[in-house]
Amino acid sequence: MARVHLPSGLTRHTGGVETVDVEASRVPDLIAALRDRFPQIADRLEEMAVAIDGEIYADPGYQPLRADSEVHLVPRIAGG
Amino acid sequence: MTAPRDFKYVGTRPIRHDGVDKVTGRASYGADAAWPGMLHGFVLRSPHAHARIVSIDTGAAEAVPGVHAVITGKDLPETTATIALGEAAIDLRDIGDNVLAKTKTLYHGHAVAAVAATTIDIAREAAAAIEVVYDVLEPVTGIDRALGAGAPILHPALVTKGAAGPDAGGPTNIASRMELKRGDVDAGFAEADLVVEREFRTPMVHQGYIEPHACIARCGEDGRAVVWCTTQGPFVVRDACAAIVGLDPANVKVVPSEIGGGFGGKIVVYLEPLALALARKARRPVKIVMGRDDVFRATGPTSGSKVRVKLGAKRDGTIVAASASLWYEAGAYAGSPVGAGAMCMLAAYKVPNFFIEAYDVVVNKPKVAAYRAPGSPIAAFAVESVVDEIARELKIDPIELRLMNANAEGDRAPYGPKYGPIGLAQILEAARAHPHWRAPLGANQGRGFAVGFWFNAGMNSSATVTLNSDGSAAVVTGNPDIGGTRAAQAMMAAEELGIPVERVRSNVGDTDGSGFTDVTGGSRVCYATGMAVIRAAEDAREQLRARAATIWNVSKDAVGWENGRAIPPAGTEKASPMTVAELTAKMTQTGGPIVGRASLYAPMAGPAFGAHICDLEVDPETGRSRIVRYTAFQDVGKAVHPSYVEGQMQGGVAQGIGWALNEEYIYSADGVMENAGFLDYRMPVASDLPMIETVIVEVANPLHPYGVRGVGEVPIVPPLAAVANAMRDATGIRFTELPLSPPRVLEAIEAAAAIPVEA
Repeated sequence: MARVHLPSGLTRHTGGVETVDVEASRVPDLIAALRDRFPQIADRLEEMAVAIDGEIYADPGYQPLRADSEVHLVPRIAGG
Repeated sequence: MTAPRDFKYVGTRPIRHDGVDKVTGRASYGADAAWPGMLHGFVLRSPHAHARIVSIDTGAAEAVPGVHAVITGKDLPETTATIALGEAAIDLRDIGDNVLAKTKTLYHGHAVAAVAATTIDIAREAAAAIEVVYDVLEPVTGIDRALGAGAPILHPALVTKGAAGPDAGGPTNIASRMELKRGDVDAGFAEADLVVEREFRTPMVHQGYIEPHACIARCGEDGRAVVWCTTQGPFVVRDACAAIVGLDPANVKVVPSEIGGGFGGKIVVYLEPLALALARKARRPVKIVMGRDDVFRATGPTSGSKVRVKLGAKRDGTIVAASASLWYEAGAYAGSPVGAGAMCMLAAYKVPNFFIEAYDVVVNKPKVAAYRAPGSPIAAFAVESVVDEIARELKIDPIELRLMNANAEGDRAPYGPKYGPIGLAQILEAARAHPHWRAPLGANQGRGFAVGFWFNAGMNSSATVTLNSDGSAAVVTGNPDIGGTRAAQAMMAAEELGIPVERVRSNVGDTDGSGFTDVTGGSRVCYATGMAVIRAAEDAREQLRARAATIWNVSKDAVGWENGRAIPPAGTEKASPMTVAELTAKMTQTGGPIVGRASLYAPMAGPAFGAHICDLEVDPETGRSRIVRYTAFQDVGKAVHPSYVEGQMQGGVAQGIGWALNEEYIYSADGVMENAGFLDYRMPVASDLPMIETVIVEVANPLHPYGVRGVGEVPIVPPLAAVANAMRDATGIRFTELPLSPPRVLEAIEAAAAIPVEA
């Protein structure tokens, strides 16, 4: 299962839960699972970039996940 | 993993493909276009920093002979859409309102109307005849006022997004709050032998690109429009213009001119929708060129800031805890780079316990835009100054202290993910071994050291590589060339095809002539668009192998490729290796033209660090300082064209030195910018600076076939702190507010001299 690390800004809405193990083969399935489990952060999930095993995707689209992928939700960045 | 590879062209220094046109003045920039029947546009701007627009009467202006169109905010449709702008989704309602104010003006210089006339003088005269009635409001001129009791509210409907803090709820000027944390901060500080806490301030500063914004637009009776403009992102201009003006994006073509610098400030639209709306109304092309004063007042500088940092360290130099609060000015609309600042500020260090909170604050100043590593230099100024204090207090060499605490591959970035291969330790070692670090200093001189970090973007890129019958090639991408990317792309195509780099012509396409490509920004072009060029060249090469197979009447799989030649399988009768030119000469007979193409979405990867040594000399009688020596070290992954890598490093340093020593937006109490010109807004020029020495360190980025990392943004991150740390070394005074201008330095020197020295 992919291990998802939630940013501290979201954990106050998840009852303090900081990491979640999610059965998902692609990012959309992972986001849907998080939305189901924590409906109060559903809107925020849309605004986040997703780091999969160290690679950050501003728009993760349908990126695949490995069974042991480490996923971080991180704020989107603007560059110059 | 990137395999070591012997390159023929990558790593060499060919003359840039666009160089001759640029140095001879033949290159066409934003203001250089002129179309038949062209009108000249002029923008009327608010003299007030904060005012409600009661009424606008354009009747007298429209009656001026030679005037063909006048527009106000009412001529632009309301939109609530968002578009991808650079690396973030942006609210088009804010951009549209920034382009032309609808109900309130939110900064000095905010556009309220625009005129198109047969001459610029008539347009200016007509604009002066527009009667705008303002209800002037108290301006919010800075962070402290924005957050203070009874502060005027810029946007009554604004609510704080993100990780709400204790100040959430009710009318606010805080557009968002985010936080990052790890471990137990209180326990970490309890463990520390030394705690240093400081508060830092930086003023709003501008990118200072040499070319002002300029565009020309036309819109036909059929609704089809063309915009020529200076921009970092032609596709952003297309989509933003279409939404703001109310056109179908399919009917808008944007042609990027040559660009005289952007640094993030030419991603946003300012003039283009106005020229387009005027052209649509006038049925004639409209050209608008900004003056430098409007560039300062009404485009997107970067944030003024307040940053509070506290670090705790053990006696041996191990940093055990950090806390920080950041407040960045967003300008008139939400969206400062404070989040990036928060994420970057501890990127270099293994800090087991930290808490960072970051506030995005709206104020009555121009809406900030991206500026080279947006947010990171401000945060690095604070953190690297405090790290310098710790090194001094603990009497540990500043580089040694940083090496002790440096993140490495496998360590977690403060924003969560583990780093892949990074070159932080390597650049620190290179700096420590460099003669500059041990060179003696003269009288009134000091030495400062600082590091900096930037993520480096990926995003969408497309490229085509078209082979000509003579064996030459043409590359087309959608990225305006700011930092030498045409040359770098030609080199990559030459590398893959095995043809001389001079035989590759590298082009910037318009929005109809190139596949969708995200902006030239985020240090992404050589990395992401470079990957697209490599893949497009590979595609062309595979087609060449297939053509060779046709000629030799063998399977394509049997055809080899070495050094720019197709190799026949052993034993093939009457077959000998064929060069690219020999194969392309037979394109018509073997299947027609060959166009290699590739499109990709690259992850944001290849984060990079820089380390800078700055020597500064200060005149204690005037407070004036000058940089006497400066060396920049940077992990660039792989330098495709080392001269342009060095140029990026030098340019970033020059801008950072200006930010540190002289640059600042100066506002009156009523929010009027008082130094909107290069005479009063002091940027460094070549004669102000020594030759910036550069040391390229190459730790390959495994996500790029050559190991390339982004380069352009990192070098502006360390200078603010490197200069301030040098000033501390020279004067004994810790400066916590920029710029370190002569009056500020002199005042501090005199204040320090007035304090009796205890025996």
